[in-house]
Amino acid sequence: MNTDHQDDQFYLARKSENLRRRAGLISGIRHFFAQNNFLEIETPVRIPAPAPEEYIEAIPSDDWFLQTSPELCMKRLLAAGYPRIFQFSKCFRADERGGRHLPEFTMLEWYVAHFDYRQLMDQCEALLLAALQDTEHGKNIIWQDKTVHLAPPWQRITVADAFSQFAPIDLREALAQDKFDEILVEYIEPRLGINRPTFLCDYPAQLAALSKIKKTDPTVAERFELYIGGMELANGFSELTDTDEQRRRFEEASEARDAKHWAHYPMPEKFLTALKHLPPCAGIALGIDRLAMILAGTSCIDDVVAFPPEAL
Amino acid sequence: MYTASDLRKGLRLKIDNEPYIITEFNFVKPGKGQALYRTKLKNMINGNQFERTFRSVDTFDSADLREKKMQYLYKEGDKYCFMDNENYEQVYLTEEQVGDSVNFLLDNIEVEILLFEDRPIGISLPNFVELIVTEAEPWAKGDTAAGNTKPVKVQTGYTILVPTFVSEGEKIRIDTRTGEYLTRVKG
Repeated sequence: MNTDHQDDQFYLARKSENLRRRAGLISGIRHFFAQNNFLEIETPVRIPAPAPEEYIEAIPSDDWFLQTSPELCMKRLLAAGYPRIFQFSKCFRADERGGRHLPEFTMLEWYVAHFDYRQLMDQCEALLLAALQDTEHGKNIIWQDKTVHLAPPWQRITVADAFSQFAPIDLREALAQDKFDEILVEYIEPRLGINRPTFLCDYPAQLAALSKIKKTDPTVAERFELYIGGMELANGFSELTDTDEQRRRFEEASEARDAKHWAHYPMPEKFLTALKHLPPCAGIALGIDRLAMILAGTSCIDDVVAFPPEAL
Repeated sequence: MYTASDLRKGLRLKIDNEPYIITEFNFVKPGKGQALYRTKLKNMINGNQFERTFRSVDTFDSADLREKKMQYLYKEGDKYCFMDNENYEQVYLTEEQVGDSVNFLLDNIEVEILLFEDRPIGISLPNFVELIVTEAEPWAKGDTAAGNTKPVKVQTGYTILVPTFVSEGEKIRIDTRTGEYLTRVKG
């Protein structure tokens, strides 16, 4: 689309309040991490081998790829003895574009050695409360006509319970019929984080990704997602530290990717080697653009970045 | 044949031998799950709507629709009359079939009439139209904030929000899918 300078000014000026809120949010988050002895790090955006995941496709860059997440490099740092690290990073995912998706987006990712996913949920709660306390959303968030009360503790509900409460079929049936994602999107997500933020936790073991299987219940993984106002904001887990198991899951994902002719990634060997030295830990990725959407009161991710791809 | 990545608002598909248009479209992707395409579909003949979620592996038949250039003549009662300039045949569309296209319909302009099995069922507008602003308040002196908008009227009588710097007599480009202002057209 051709726009003249006055049009450009018009579109960008309309975003100034949102961009200011976004900047304030990011500085609030940095302040929290500084106070909690975290080290801010930067890892490369361009990498030779992304983690093979069945439904996340990287964008190629010469013979390498743009990262889909900084996870592998961050865990290598953790394995090398950095116990508390965080970073804001640009992540790239092919063909992801919608009201809540940009193919280039900003992720906040942090890791804590000797934490499990429950402790990380507590910390996530504390971080967001601290980052929001100086905004008009200190006590509650009003987003898309929903008032979400932030007073802790936030709701925690298992995936199995969420299916029995909100879905027409239970979790076991949904998995057997290969309808997990559809039901999650249609019946469950819109009902999460409505009165207060919700952590959806204990994902089925087959959806563990890079998370640890729960000792007391091997059918589920120690994985959670945070929802506010029906929107997914973060994904975290107790990290898998078993190299053989991780390699097996990567191989499985690679096979599924090969079957649909998606790009074949080299096995991230340096990461797998580092995993042998990874202490028990937990990590989480939080979408900054989406959090900014909530602060800005908008349902469209374009409103919280200066330039969505179509404006370039 | 379409694949899921072709899906978007306004796309026309054939489902159970009837033409459908996508009236709402959302790309969704839960956590580490698969890409899903939530749509609201409207039957282009009877107007019935339903919601459906598709996967990225799904494929679709395109609706066997034909478009024919015709000239818009006039409105008569609640019917809109168009003429086929090749054979001078006249066809009529109801208000419902014309829908929001009425906002961009000028007397005597050429439009694409949509035919399903040779029956006229609607208008197929281009994605962008250019119309002249016919009524606008002058740019108020104190109003210097670059992001502000004001309502103006265009040739068709349609009222639209535009940046305050747009003035009467200027031509603007409008996205017919959203009905929103895009940019000024110079010259």
